[in-house]
Amino acid sequence: MKRVALRRATDQTAKHITAAVSAATSLLVVFIALVLLVRSWPIFVTRPLSELLFSTTWKPLQSAFGYYPFIMGTLWVTCVAMVIAVPICLLVSIYLAEYASRRVYAMVKPLIDVSAGIPSVIFGIWGVIMVVPLVQKLAASSIGRSLSRLPLFEVHNPTGYSVLAGGIVLAVMVFPVIISVAEEVIRAVPTGLREASWALGATRWQTIKYVVLRHAAPGVLAAIVLGFSRAFGETMAVIMVVGNVPRVPRSLFDAAYPLTALIANSYGEMMSIPLYDAALLGAALLLLVIVLLFNLGARLVLMRMIRYR
Amino acid sequence: MKKLRHLEEHVFRFLMWLSLLVVLGSLMLILGTMLWRGLPSLSLTMLTQIPKGGYYLGEEGGILNAIVGSLCLASGATAFAWLFSLPVAIYLHGYASRSRTAHLIRLAMDVLWGVPSIVYGAFGFIIMLWLGLRASLLGGIIALACLELPIMVRGMDEALGTVPPALREASYALGATRFETTIKVLLRQAVAGLLTAVLLAFGRGIGDAASVLFTAGYTDRLPDSLFRPVASLPLAVFFQLATPFPAVQQRAYAAGLVLTVIVLAVSVMARWLSRHLTRHVVR
Repeated sequence: MKRVALRRATDQTAKHITAAVSAATSLLVVFIALVLLVRSWPIFVTRPLSELLFSTTWKPLQSAFGYYPFIMGTLWVTCVAMVIAVPICLLVSIYLAEYASRRVYAMVKPLIDVSAGIPSVIFGIWGVIMVVPLVQKLAASSIGRSLSRLPLFEVHNPTGYSVLAGGIVLAVMVFPVIISVAEEVIRAVPTGLREASWALGATRWQTIKYVVLRHAAPGVLAAIVLGFSRAFGETMAVIMVVGNVPRVPRSLFDAAYPLTALIANSYGEMMSIPLYDAALLGAALLLLVIVLLFNLGARLVLMRMIRYR
Repeated sequence: MKKLRHLEEHVFRFLMWLSLLVVLGSLMLILGTMLWRGLPSLSLTMLTQIPKGGYYLGEEGGILNAIVGSLCLASGATAFAWLFSLPVAIYLHGYASRSRTAHLIRLAMDVLWGVPSIVYGAFGFIIMLWLGLRASLLGGIIALACLELPIMVRGMDEALGTVPPALREASYALGATRFETTIKVLLRQAVAGLLTAVLLAFGRGIGDAASVLFTAGYTDRLPDSLFRPVASLPLAVFFQLATPFPAVQQRAYAAGLVLTVIVLAVSVMARWLSRHLTRHVVR
């Protein structure tokens, strides 16, 4: 009888301990946000939020901290990445979920999974070796010169270290993120819906366009948002190829200076200038809040679409 | 009309093939570039020596400090993360399966997964300041452990989810408590998947640069204490690539190749384990 009591006590103790650890780890993200808020508080109380967000001057020595050029840098690079990645990823996810034979799928899927694990500095090296020279050549070529007349394409910066280079590298980085989620969502569409559409004489593509994608749309959107937020917070690959010039970019060939690069580049000097550390950690907080909102929204949608086991 | 929709079908099929080619091609290009640029500058001295005087001007030396440092950082962080993620996995599958709480924990882990690594770096940096630490191995381990935690928990969660419920019910029917069932039946059944989760988290940890940038610092010496700075491979790549000397940049490529090989080996091993380490599994 005593043994049973002991076993029951062990069970209850284990339940309480594991529950406590689970609660603690689940609240880690809140804790991170609070810690960042506490350390960056001085910058948020001494300056109105509008000045921080929309001022274009970043001069720590004169204690002018405007995030605007950096926010725009991040947005530019991320948007270029998404413009490149979204159509490609959607087509690949549709192919993998709807068309690929079992053999092709078994070959392609592991490759995509493996590429999700490649470290970001490796993407950075690839960007420096291959993408930057390519962009440089494009900018100098006759195509670049004729494009230069269009807005968004003017060439002021011949180095190749540019928004476009950063966007290409980021796009390749988010391929596996978007593809794996979107593919799962498309696969989760009930087969009966497809069969009904085929029975009406629709081609496979028509079925995908009018039935499958319409059904999977919220989940596909969530996959895109997840990719966006991954690109938004990426540091090392971007810092190596975007040029890091703190000015609002005007064209694809301009250099940019994303928020993440700002934090990573200035950590060495930030303790020596008053308010500098608060400003940088405030930038980290801003990044965290934006990424969290995107992530939370996307995950809530996905939770409804793909049932958790 | 009929012709048009068949044309559309073919056009989109072609576009799909093209996209798949772009995705796989870019992966191959990255791996190919690393091999092509990294191999020529990779040598035994690179792998077995620490940087000597004038290394960053192109003189003698190697990146042993970064290799050993990265292994220490990632192993420490993986151990740390394991300590926290196993209880979460046990709670999820032993006590809270399918409840609202379980959904909330999973949501929290997914959200944590999305936190940018530079934010973990900044967070680790503040914690170190509060603890009175400087850039150190311990600081790097803490930041990396936070980064690895959600990856490991979700991996373990998925592995435990594949155990058939009938096994659990059989164990309950024999009078085992939830804890006993989880430890003796569930964990043992899913051991291959659990290991895969640990390895995948390790691979993620060893490749991350932004979180160790603030917290672990960089040094030319081999790691000797938890409280001293430590070098790491991703930062070795980053710093050497930023120098203006081509000879040093060559070494960045070699360091990148070493990192790629480690990460790919870990990832392939993880996938192999999940398929082959199944001796004790009841089907």
